Amino acid sequence: MTDALISKVVDAKSVLIGSSPTADHSEGMSYLETLPRRLVLLYLPLGIIMVVLLFPFYWMALTAIKPDEQLLDLERFNPFWTWSPTFKHIAKLLFETNYPLWLWNTMMVAVAATLLSIVASVLAAYAIVRLRYKGARWVGGAIFLAYLIPPSILFIPLSTVVFQYGLFDTPFALILTYPTILIPFSTWLLMGYFKTIPFELEECALIDGASRWQILTKIVLPLSVPGLISAFIFCFTLCWNEFIYALTFLSSTQNKTVPVAIVNEFVDGDIYRWGSLMAGALVGSLPLVILYAFFVEHYVSAMTGAVKE
Amino acid sequence: MSELALDSKGAKRAIREATAWEGLKVDRDWLGFWFMLPAVAILVLFLAYPLGLGVWLSFTDARIGRSGVFIALENYEWLWGDNVFRTSVFNTLLYTSVASVFKFAIGLYLAVLLNEHMPFKAMIRALVLIPFIVPTVLSAIAFWWLFDSQFSIISWSLRKIGLISTNIDFLGDVWNARWSVIFANVWRGVPFVAITLLAGLQTVPPSLYEAATIDGASRWQMFRFITYPLLTPIIAVVMTFSVLFTFTDFQLIWVLTRGGPVNATHLMATLSYQRAIMGGNLGEGAAISTAMIPFLLAAILISWFGLQRRKWQHGEAND
Repeated sequence: MTDALISKVVDAKSVLIGSSPTADHSEGMSYLETLPRRLVLLYLPLGIIMVVLLFPFYWMALTAIKPDEQLLDLERFNPFWTWSPTFKHIAKLLFETNYPLWLWNTMMVAVAATLLSIVASVLAAYAIVRLRYKGARWVGGAIFLAYLIPPSILFIPLSTVVFQYGLFDTPFALILTYPTILIPFSTWLLMGYFKTIPFELEECALIDGASRWQILTKIVLPLSVPGLISAFIFCFTLCWNEFIYALTFLSSTQNKTVPVAIVNEFVDGDIYRWGSLMAGALVGSLPLVILYAFFVEHYVSAMTGAVKE
Repeated sequence: MSELALDSKGAKRAIREATAWEGLKVDRDWLGFWFMLPAVAILVLFLAYPLGLGVWLSFTDARIGRSGVFIALENYEWLWGDNVFRTSVFNTLLYTSVASVFKFAIGLYLAVLLNEHMPFKAMIRALVLIPFIVPTVLSAIAFWWLFDSQFSIISWSLRKIGLISTNIDFLGDVWNARWSVIFANVWRGVPFVAITLLAGLQTVPPSLYEAATIDGASRWQMFRFITYPLLTPIIAVVMTFSVLFTFTDFQLIWVLTRGGPVNATHLMATLSYQRAIMGGNLGEGAAISTAMIPFLLAAILISWFGLQRRKWQHGEAND
């Protein structure tokens, strides 16, 4: 039984660690492969792709710690390395701008929107999968369709709606609109998890006189913790990434989120702006990269789960 | 003992009449209603209603701060004759098709490479996903710096190698700008395609490859006649998502070019933002957004057929 329950995470783990079926196959037929052949067919192309994928981050980090005079002088200094790293840009960012405030805004909006979406999705997913009320199947399909409606066709009417509700330029404009992106995704993900929980457990509880609410909080939720973590961190990442709503619904500087603030507040005519821009981008990415490092498997399971279900 | 339990339960039910409140607590449909309420309320208020409102706005001449009057198809007629709008449709189609083809090709290739046995496999796979984790706007800013007209490290390197003599104006020239934003989009999209296809690749039974090897199949034949057909359903879903989000992209363009130079990189989404929010013509912007809907519907239908086919392959009954 536990096997079935954790199979999702194990699945995601195997995507990463890859004791996949093909691993046996490569062991079985590896005598066909010679080292030079592998070098040319595997390591070389993989190496090139990896370098292209990661170079922008290296460049971002390097620019953030380079002194100004080295930034724009590509001839006298080796541009790919610096021997005199400086924290000037990062310090300026943290102590002379509103950056900490923007980070706090982003964090608060992301956490609040994510929590709201998870609560709503847990209830909805449980009802669709296990209560199976009349028309549950249709509602499930409609929620999948909602997943396919992108923010960039909604922001214009939403801006008038946000204005009507009196939410314009408040964090609530984002906390209430982000769930429209997150709920369809996390409901869909959690539906997949709830389906793997054996029905018999709930039947036992029903016979023992448990209410639906008790079943949900005492049986279903403890068993779907990996799913909840996946949904949580993936939603959090999506919130952090969101741009167009934040750009449209917020106007005052102190309410902005990191992506919007960087684009609007840092772009001045200063020829030396690159150092602080890159520092801003680096510091804004770090929370997500750290979170990712701890929960790689959950990310992968959220990504592949959403596609597979 | 079980009989005893059944007995007492039956007795209880006979004595006590269920009140209406208890009926509501047990009734599936009512419970379902209460459980669905938060999600449905948010989706109706902030998704379905704005979606309808958007279509309605596109038939009005609403401006910011003034609700408009119904003007039927006037917005669309005006857009039909508008060269900037036509350019944006062309750009969007070019951007979506070229970027999707490259994302698919490179993503599939990367997935096949990652599926091989090698040292540090888990770490390499985790690193591949980083471009997908970092917020688009922040990585787009890194690309903005990489594409700088004077201090681009790409131009510098190519000059040092001797391939070019003057700096490339990545974002200032019409076609250069188009290729540059497409490159940045592909860069961001490849990890998602690669990792999801990798998950699909791992479901292919190894015995098929063994049988094919015994039959003397080449590597390409194994890929063409085993891997590719078994992956088709997941490819359909992944590419639908990819096409959908590329088609409605906004962030990347807004950071890199804001639609310039001379509207060469304006997508429909960026144009609608410019017209509606910056220019104040809500009705016209809404018409541009609404014009995107037919394309999205086409993508969704493709996805639906992809899913159907997958169910059929797995031998599941339609549920």
